[in-house]
Amino acid sequence: MSAGSMLYFNVNDGFLEGIVRGFKLGILTSADYSNLVQCESLDDLKLHLQTTDYGDFLENEPSPLHTTTIAEKCTGKMVEQFNYLRAHSVQPLSTFLDYITYGYMIDNVVLLITGTLHERDPEELKEKCHPLGKFDAMGSITVEQTTADLYNNVLVDTPLGPYIQGALAVQDLDEKHIEEIRNTLYKAYLEDFDRYCRTLGDATYEVMHQLLGFEADRRSINITLNSFGTELEKEDRAKLYPRLGLLYPTGIRTLAEAEDPDSVQAAVAHIPTFKELFSQVGYDEDKSLEDAFFEHEVKLNKLAFETQFGYGCFYSYFKLKEQEIRNIVWIAECIVQDQKSKINQYINIY
Amino acid sequence: ETGINAEYGGLMQHPTLAPTSAPWANDTTLAGDWFYELTPYSWGAIGASFAIAISVAGAAWGIFITGSSILGAAVKVPRIRTKNLISVIFCEAVAIYGIIMAIIFQSKLKDVGHFGDFVPKDYYSGFALFWAGITVGLSNLACGVCVGITGSGAALSDAANPALFVKILVIEIFGSALGLFGVIISIVQASNADFVGNGRSK
Repeated sequence: MSAGSMLYFNVNDGFLEGIVRGFKLGILTSADYSNLVQCESLDDLKLHLQTTDYGDFLENEPSPLHTTTIAEKCTGKMVEQFNYLRAHSVQPLSTFLDYITYGYMIDNVVLLITGTLHERDPEELKEKCHPLGKFDAMGSITVEQTTADLYNNVLVDTPLGPYIQGALAVQDLDEKHIEEIRNTLYKAYLEDFDRYCRTLGDATYEVMHQLLGFEADRRSINITLNSFGTELEKEDRAKLYPRLGLLYPTGIRTLAEAEDPDSVQAAVAHIPTFKELFSQVGYDEDKSLEDAFFEHEVKLNKLAFETQFGYGCFYSYFKLKEQEIRNIVWIAECIVQDQKSKINQYINIY
Repeated sequence: ETGINAEYGGLMQHPTLAPTSAPWANDTTLAGDWFYELTPYSWGAIGASFAIAISVAGAAWGIFITGSSILGAAVKVPRIRTKNLISVIFCEAVAIYGIIMAIIFQSKLKDVGHFGDFVPKDYYSGFALFWAGITVGLSNLACGVCVGITGSGAALSDAANPALFVKILVIEIFGSALGLFGVIISIVQASNADFVGNGRSK
């Protein structure tokens, strides 16, 4: 918190910071989760969710409920809150909130491209897109045939335009390269977001740098682990690592050379955080690396609320809300599939 | 002897505007004599205006900082509305200190006659009121901002956990004492200010 931010922040953003902290108070606690895991059916789940901040959001849904409906409605609630904040914000908070949506936009673009390749119905695809990542040209993606057309006609006008230029060689739009496209876009997005946060002052940058850095490290590790057994060459893989985070620049160099999961673990062992996360996975049979990453992410996002007069809490709130939706969907799926033994594998937030 | 003309008890016109046959025609002035070229009235009046203006700026700054946080937090947690008005009241007190001091300073300004009838005591009074005004103004500015920022934190933490409010209130009380320090010193500074003049014109 630099002196400047304390003096001027509240002029434009004080009200919204109060609002977002109010939203955060509505995040489900461990007491709520212990009620939810005891539900026998999705209708019970709906009943319990009525007493939380979600309220009557499932009221008009015909029973029997499906988990996809619950997921959709929970996301709808989150989008409502986001739109409220976005509508009331002024610069530079409004640009910051827009940056949060670009991540979802990238996922939507990739979803639409994959769907087109498999010749799915465009309307169906649009319904599957994340609502926060909607952009105007979404409809025209489905008719593009080559990457070049896609870039020139559709993506260049979206906020994702700058992430494509220079980063991607014109490649065939096919199954193999789609993940590369996703990762390249996301790398450019993370670096751009970090650069933007630096202009917002210390209070925001301290929090966001850490959060974006962890996201970048996590992507680097996941890209490496997922590339074993595929045709992705090491040099190509190295180009996908974001230049951000604790693993940059030395950890990435070692990661680029890794050939198997053990060497990945060795490559990141010099950073205590990752050493700890990997060893947690080693001890616990049920816990996957993804779970460990999610847990750590929740911890970092909770810390963002310790800083006042910064924008980090806005970003963190939506990440925590996403995690909450994942938790609710996990619990709902376990109830439906009658897998009560696994039901406690959600990640507790508060 | 430069500056003060002993016979008249004070500096009179600007040396370069004075006729060359005047007794002070050969006086040379130093740069610092500019301070004497403004009448004590101006120094005193500026002091009085700084006292109120800068205090009010501090109070306003504090109120908007804490007010916006109270508004935002109260949307989801309405119970904090009434309690947190205390922070606004503490900021307001700072403006009231400014009013009091400005009234005190203004009441010390008295007409002493011609420009040339100022005695050194009058110059002292002018300067004393000026700096007393700066003292109370800047202390209240700092105090208002301090209480505002603390009040903002108090509103947000009260929304999350009601037990925290009283603890943070203690911090605000210490913060508002800063304004009081400014008021006390400024009263001491201004206490000997008195416009007497040399009685020639009365």
